[in-house]
Amino acid sequence: MTSLVVISAGLSQPSSTRLLADKLSSATVHQLAEVPEVTVLELRDLAQDITNNLLTGFPSGKLSAAVESVAKADAVIAVTPIFSASYSGLFKSFFDVLDPDALDGKPVLIGATGGSSRHSLALEHALRPLFSYLRAVVVPTAVYAASEDWASSGEGELSGRVQRAGGQLAALLNGSTGTTGAKDPFADVIPFADMLKAQGQ
Amino acid sequence: MQFGIFSVGDVTPDPTTGRTPTERERIKAMVRIAQKAEEVGLDVFATGEHHNPPFVPSSPTTMLGYIAATTEKLILSTSTTLITTNDPVKIAEDYAMLQHLADGRVDLVMGRGNTGPVYPWFGQDIRQGIPLAVENYAMLHKLWREDVVDWEGKFRTPLQGFTATPRPLDGIPPFVWHGSIRSPEIAEQAAFYGDGFLHNHIFWPKEHTARMVQFYRQRFAHYGHGTAEQAIVGLGGQFFMRKNSQDAVKEFRPYFDNAPVYGHGPSLEEFSTQTPLTVGSPQQVIDRTLSFREYVGDYQRQSFLIDHAGLPLKTVLEQLDLLGEILPTLRSEFAARRAPGTPDAPTHASLLAKQQSLATVTE
Repeated sequence: MTSLVVISAGLSQPSSTRLLADKLSSATVHQLAEVPEVTVLELRDLAQDITNNLLTGFPSGKLSAAVESVAKADAVIAVTPIFSASYSGLFKSFFDVLDPDALDGKPVLIGATGGSSRHSLALEHALRPLFSYLRAVVVPTAVYAASEDWASSGEGELSGRVQRAGGQLAALLNGSTGTTGAKDPFADVIPFADMLKAQGQ
Repeated sequence: MQFGIFSVGDVTPDPTTGRTPTERERIKAMVRIAQKAEEVGLDVFATGEHHNPPFVPSSPTTMLGYIAATTEKLILSTSTTLITTNDPVKIAEDYAMLQHLADGRVDLVMGRGNTGPVYPWFGQDIRQGIPLAVENYAMLHKLWREDVVDWEGKFRTPLQGFTATPRPLDGIPPFVWHGSIRSPEIAEQAAFYGDGFLHNHIFWPKEHTARMVQFYRQRFAHYGHGTAEQAIVGLGGQFFMRKNSQDAVKEFRPYFDNAPVYGHGPSLEEFSTQTPLTVGSPQQVIDRTLSFREYVGDYQRQSFLIDHAGLPLKTVLEQLDLLGEILPTLRSEFAARRAPGTPDAPTHASLLAKQQSLATVTE
């Protein structure tokens, strides 16, 4: 079954970031050929584990399951509040503890929330480069929701952008041919004799 | 099975008093801890090698030579010897010298070191960490086994007709373990040579250790050194003991909370669940230690870290007394669980006996 992992870095409860994440998720699901398995990761619940991982170098049980679900996902929706002109520190820290190959070739839809529409380009200036670095395939439409957008209606407004972005992610998933993501480090260790030979020994 | 302790050699303030030992105090404390290890019946003392503050043991063979002179049975080892940044010629000579002085009570654990800035201090580049470990060890292996060596590699000037001196005691190189937390290449290297593999074990969940050891065992068998069960495995471990487990937790918590490696992160309870750290009664330490073999198989060396995070010398010596008290139980319980045919870790004496029996067969 196709698996979709939805990551929300919203901090308040209820959270408009989570609300946007859910809207993006259902827009994607409705446009997919088959019903996917959807896993929602609320980073707030993992905040201490993420900090501990930064300090100890390994994920705790709960975080380990979250990290694994991202590595195994067929597609990811990642939504963050915009803090100080960029993604939140918690959002970035989560991607910092992922295996660098976890998102390799994976379709990703990015979204962000903020109090003012003036920060909408943080999606293009901060989130998109982050996911490009991680070699994800980021869909062309990134969705920003400011406070005023929640009251909007119509095709060019928030719900229209959500539908378009969800459709783009679903199109990538419908045409996808297989899994991507982190590799098993033990799968292709070079035999020692070859390591020696490669160094001219 | 061998039991021992290993020291990182960190100079860390005691968080309960704020006092930082001087370098001299710390160096002398390490020596005292090693001597005490022999007194309580342990088999091995290993010192780290570091070339940056807040660590003191930059010259392991100087320290181990001194300890050798004041002990009789203790095996002197390292945790780890930097195979990447040390000149293999100097490692060959230093440890052969130590072998003679210590009557063979020497082995080494090779490690790469993970402190990037150290590499350029010794003319190397951390990006070459694995290739350096591969080439330098290949050279060291040869220097200890061939009297006259011609050598050409990528990382140092060639050798023409060179003889490392003194030659290893009785012509037997010190036994070597390779240590790595998560690089399968190093487990592969240990397996290729039929050397031992030692996993630090203490900072990460046991699944990582189990996976690395399993890989090493498979490759050890692949290279024809014996069965996977005959591979030579060592593990780290970490405990703090008091007769009453609540006293242990209460006394150790400030040291844990401020420890250089994992301090200010997970709680003592979380870290104790996630890693082999055991803070509690002697029985809890026995039970936890016995459980290690359930995921790595029967193994040859158990080495504990007991003198870090600013623990005062007096406390460390008390920990060694307690370890000495549970040692007979650990030995008998491990022996009772051990599969027949499990080899012991090679020592100079066992390698000498093997060499002599081979010589007899050849005659």
